[in-house]
Amino acid sequence: MARLVYDKDGRLLFTKEMRKEYTMIFPMMAPIHFRILKEVFNNMGYHAELLETTGPEIAQTGLKYVHNDTCYPAILAIGQLIHAVQSGKYDTHKIALMITQTGGGCRASNYIHLLRKALARAGLGYVPVVSLNLSGMEKNPGFKLTLSFIRRAIAGLIYGDTLMLLKNQCEPYEINKGETNALVEKWSAYFVERLSKSKGYSLKEMKRNIFKLTDEFALIKCDRSKPKLKVGVVGEIYVKYSSLGNNSLEDFLKDQDCEVNLPMMLGFILFKIDNRLEDIRLYGGSKLKKIVCTLLLDYCTKTEDIIVSSISRYDCFNTPGKYAHLKSLVKDVIGYGDKMGEGWLLTAEMMELVESGYENIVCTQPFGCLPNHIGGKGMIRRIVELMPNANIVAVDYDAGAVKVNQENRIKLMLSIGRENMLKK
Amino acid sequence: MKRIGLDIGSTTIKCVVLNEEDQIIYSSYERHLSKIAEKIEELLSRLEKEVLHEELDVKIALSGSAGMGIAEASDFPFVQEVYATRIAAKKLQPDTNVIIELGGEDAKILFLTDGVEVRMNGTCAGGTGAFIDQMASLLNVDITEINALAEQKEKIYTIASRCGVFAKSDIQPLLNQGARKEDVAASIFYAVVNQTIAGLAQGREISGNVLYLGGPLTFLSELRKAFDDVLKTKGICPENSLYYVSLGTAYSADQVIHLPTLLERVKNYSHLGNFAFQPPLFHNQEEYDEFITRHNKAQVAILSMDDYQGGYYLGIDAGSTTIKLVLMDEEGNIRYQAYMSNAGNPVPLIKKELEKIYTLKPDIKILSSAVTGYGEDIIKNAFRINFGIVETIAHFVAAKKFMPNVDFVIDIGGQDIKCFKIHNGAIDNIFLNEACSSGCGSFLQTFASALGYDIATFSKLGLFAKKPVDLGSRCTVFMNSAVKQAQKDGATIEDISAGLSRAVVKNALYKVIRVGTSDELGKNIVVQGGTFLNNAVLRAFELELGVHVVRPSISGLMGAYGAALYARTMRVKDSEIVSKEELENFVHEIQVMNCKICPNNCRLTINKFANGRVFIGGNRCEKPVTKKSVANQLNLYEYKQKLFEEYIKPSQNEGKRGTIGIPLGLNQYELLPFWKTLFEALDFKVVVSPFSTRSLYLEGQSTIPSDTVCFPAKLLHGHVVHLVHQGVQTIFYPCMSYNVDERKGDNHYNCPVVAYYPEVINANVKILEREHIHFIKEYVGIHRKKDFPHKFLNILKEHFKDQDFTLKEVKNACKKAYQAYEDYENKIVLKGDEIIANARKNHQQIIVLSGRPYHLDPEINHGIDKMISSFNVAIITEDVVARKVKQKILVHVLNQWTYHSRLYLAASYVGKTDDMNLVQLVSFGCGVDAITTDEVRDILEKNGKIYTQIKIDEITNLGAVKIRIRSLLSALEEKEKKHG
Repeated sequence: MARLVYDKDGRLLFTKEMRKEYTMIFPMMAPIHFRILKEVFNNMGYHAELLETTGPEIAQTGLKYVHNDTCYPAILAIGQLIHAVQSGKYDTHKIALMITQTGGGCRASNYIHLLRKALARAGLGYVPVVSLNLSGMEKNPGFKLTLSFIRRAIAGLIYGDTLMLLKNQCEPYEINKGETNALVEKWSAYFVERLSKSKGYSLKEMKRNIFKLTDEFALIKCDRSKPKLKVGVVGEIYVKYSSLGNNSLEDFLKDQDCEVNLPMMLGFILFKIDNRLEDIRLYGGSKLKKIVCTLLLDYCTKTEDIIVSSISRYDCFNTPGKYAHLKSLVKDVIGYGDKMGEGWLLTAEMMELVESGYENIVCTQPFGCLPNHIGGKGMIRRIVELMPNANIVAVDYDAGAVKVNQENRIKLMLSIGRENMLKK
Repeated sequence: MKRIGLDIGSTTIKCVVLNEEDQIIYSSYERHLSKIAEKIEELLSRLEKEVLHEELDVKIALSGSAGMGIAEASDFPFVQEVYATRIAAKKLQPDTNVIIELGGEDAKILFLTDGVEVRMNGTCAGGTGAFIDQMASLLNVDITEINALAEQKEKIYTIASRCGVFAKSDIQPLLNQGARKEDVAASIFYAVVNQTIAGLAQGREISGNVLYLGGPLTFLSELRKAFDDVLKTKGICPENSLYYVSLGTAYSADQVIHLPTLLERVKNYSHLGNFAFQPPLFHNQEEYDEFITRHNKAQVAILSMDDYQGGYYLGIDAGSTTIKLVLMDEEGNIRYQAYMSNAGNPVPLIKKELEKIYTLKPDIKILSSAVTGYGEDIIKNAFRINFGIVETIAHFVAAKKFMPNVDFVIDIGGQDIKCFKIHNGAIDNIFLNEACSSGCGSFLQTFASALGYDIATFSKLGLFAKKPVDLGSRCTVFMNSAVKQAQKDGATIEDISAGLSRAVVKNALYKVIRVGTSDELGKNIVVQGGTFLNNAVLRAFELELGVHVVRPSISGLMGAYGAALYARTMRVKDSEIVSKEELENFVHEIQVMNCKICPNNCRLTINKFANGRVFIGGNRCEKPVTKKSVANQLNLYEYKQKLFEEYIKPSQNEGKRGTIGIPLGLNQYELLPFWKTLFEALDFKVVVSPFSTRSLYLEGQSTIPSDTVCFPAKLLHGHVVHLVHQGVQTIFYPCMSYNVDERKGDNHYNCPVVAYYPEVINANVKILEREHIHFIKEYVGIHRKKDFPHKFLNILKEHFKDQDFTLKEVKNACKKAYQAYEDYENKIVLKGDEIIANARKNHQQIIVLSGRPYHLDPEINHGIDKMISSFNVAIITEDVVARKVKQKILVHVLNQWTYHSRLYLAASYVGKTDDMNLVQLVSFGCGVDAITTDEVRDILEKNGKIYTQIKIDEITNLGAVKIRIRSLLSALEEKEKKHG
């Protein structure tokens, strides 16, 4: 059994030994993306496991071990992890937990500490926790974000984004039920296989794959003659993507006969890199940092180009807006210095959705989400002034919020959306 | 063909039937008591027989959130209710601009012109009709009476308008202090108005033709008047104002349906049992019997007064919803007891009880007496009770009687949860419920009556429920909707009853005490308070913790019993309690006035008793009572406020370059010296908005886009509007991701709200655009001293194009600004040290009243500093002691916010300093403090200190705060006694 090693501040480290022996488990957020990402970890020599658990016990476990006023994503993600550790499925002396840490000024950077406090309370202080971040926080001897790792992760992400975008645009219209999903499964399996062979992450192959994939989705037999209500979903990243966090919002909208559009996760990554450059521009900062961030930003922009150029070949698909375009949309609306949480990107995503025909928007956030007071709820009025056809509802998610109320509010937005659609 | 519209609201079901000419030929309005499926069935059968006769093909639809589930399951056409309202208004009142509709639990505003917008209350705003119901029952009147009362109003009190629970804790003390019911009733209506506007208008002005719809606005003329008054308009409440939703639904109905078929589908609406549930409270009768036998052991003898000739001790617990009185003999047996609900003013109730006692035993010898609870002060003064003690002490004394080695006491009363740990025989750690979850006992009661039961019957129903609903741990408002959902999913009344009992317990454990495991509470637990008389709640508590606890037989009387026991231990020469004769001539007059001594403007209630005795309530400090100056009090808040008064004064310079307005809020409470100096050095004249007041807040209230943001942020709207009203043309309010770097943490961020609130102001305060205000919200980084002048020069050039600025000039100005900031900080530290030294000289306790710089605002801190210092303790702030810690400290959180970093440092310093204690002020809705509070507590507790947290919001009631502070102080006293 691996020896427990602590750093000078008493933090339990994830050692090289653990890397061999331990299973690293991480909580679910966006299924298509995360299932592919899991493979990236395995390919890099870790034993990763993605939690697919659902049910009310997860929130209950979270509420039991995490301060109840903390944001809902923390309660769920930590709840899901602790629930798994306590499930009896794992040898608790051979698992490590993994959680992201953004390093920004919002509470999310503290989830990892809340997780450790929760473990300690549950008598599981010996389970190591690994921080996944791009800011160089909390280093571990057994876990390193190498350049090749980052490249693979970005590949996984953009594959996930493309599959998500196309799935959302085909599934509501497909004639043969299940065809779209089968294609998602097929391609996901293919990406997993390529990544497990250390392949599939060069820009060249990414381009080849994504173009081919788009072609295949374009071949799905669809009936788009009866227009569906187009609904965009934006918000705090966890509740936006996670069905556990948003009470299966996507399914609900699909049941209400809508086409759903979730903006790409890549946009968030670009935003987080670009923030560092904006900081330097606004306040001053190191040249080296500027060079590194610019390189990374350029690389990610190239991957974005691949998705956009591939999808734009087909009229039947809505081409996602580029990050640079999103940024230009909010120029006179909100400052680029607003970088905490989703910051100005949230405002930009709403505006881009309205611009590309997804006028009806659900803006999701955990109850009391601090950054969304600004970029979400704080900007809706301004957006509606600038784009009078925007029809936005802000919905709070929380362990205490009730589905029936949330759905009622969304239904109101949908009723107005339908009325607007008829007018056209 | 006839059209039918049904509207299933949270409490009522409304129905209209229209003929071919769209005339109403039938309408009904009735309560559904949450038996929704049955009611719809009944209604449809009635329509079939009595209204439709042979024409059974109709166009029918249903609306309302409570009907959503059944609509889906039985394929009943559904129309969203706000949407339906709009359809109806367009048809019936086409020139309407704005609709305000209040329902049982919903509030809605619809803007129909200039861009249609629809607003519904969010998850937090709570119910309005239900809220008024609740408030009426608090006043002990029904809904018509409350309206009649409001007609007689003389003045309006400020009642927190955010959610019912908050308002309740404002109203209760008002009543206890003897405020007029008429004024309270009217104030409740104004609270509803403010809640609706603050929560829903979100920056849009309510003007033009306003339409009032829904039950409360239809039935309550005074509520309409309150809306008219605040909106400065004259709204109309049209014919059929109750039926707009059902009318709109009927108009929208376009599907032809054969009614009997639909009725069949509704009948078959299956109760799926598809809700989260927990194990039963009791599986069988044996389990129940064992439980009852075990708890019957904790008894205190209750004897008659007849055969006893000794002396008596009187204990009174004047609680928020109930009043308890105990007369104890010298052996500790109870000889007389009373338990009555508090209809508002406790004085006449106690008077009546004392009269009864004097009648029963005219020659009674009351040796000593004590009173505790919300009404402590007034009762003590009205009847000359010997001692007033804080509730926690009363409960501790009583609990010890049943379990001498008790290490944890939890008391769930009508409106509060109080619990505390006992460490080395002293109260060590106090938990009181924050205003947001105080539902507790009174919640169970309201719920029972809403469902048509009395509380005793209702809770008994749950004892053997098979599947208690899992309602989680949440505040009342959320609970309401959770229950609705469970009912929709087919939970029985038994399951709901048991579920609510478990929810109350979970609230106490996970929201208030925040335990992980029962070990944390110790092994010897005494539970008490009226709510634990309820066996379902008691059982739920034991199940949740997995331990056996002691519930005294007089669980509901423990406060009063504890007071009596206390009176017995404290010997007095002479009990001065009012005599029989005095009671006969008892006079109690109440007068209300505003104190004008300081900006807190406390609303004082002056109670006059016979013989000219006067008692003043509602005061925060002793000034209005003793007329003493408090200049020599050791209170750093006052000093800081004085310093700021200087900074608030307009600049003395000419302002060659123009005038800049700065709103005094959030981080400006520390950075104002910096910015003011900077602009003055650049030859600008600086105008600053004043300390916040209620009316300043109201100036900006309608422009707040997020009702859940913290109160300090909300106040900014008023400040900006105020500056504009003063004629300021240029306002400077910068965005700041980063705060000053004090090099004691991992980073030095501001929280997202402090950092970017200028963006919210810019996007939502319309007057800025209307008046063409030059609003500067640039992103600045004063943490980079070298870069800042260059960056700031660019900002100046960008915004003042017609003027020249040189780098040298800006650099000089920046130098002065940094110096001014440092000077300010140094003054604070110097004064802080002086206070510490003086306090030590006088052997006074020192409280580090910690929070954020903006907690200095009197409208935010509600004068808590003054209240605390009236207990003869010295008050300093966290920045003073944080500076004394010279190196980084190890914390178990990411230490990345400057303000919060100071809290950890302060906690660690206080932990190592004997005569200091820390009290943390936390603004409601502050997400970041969910992280800091736990860490600060940990640091203090590791050092053997008591952690005290005070949550503050718009709320102005200091009752709960007083309990905490007094408990803390008496615990400290106990500790000191122990250590000799």
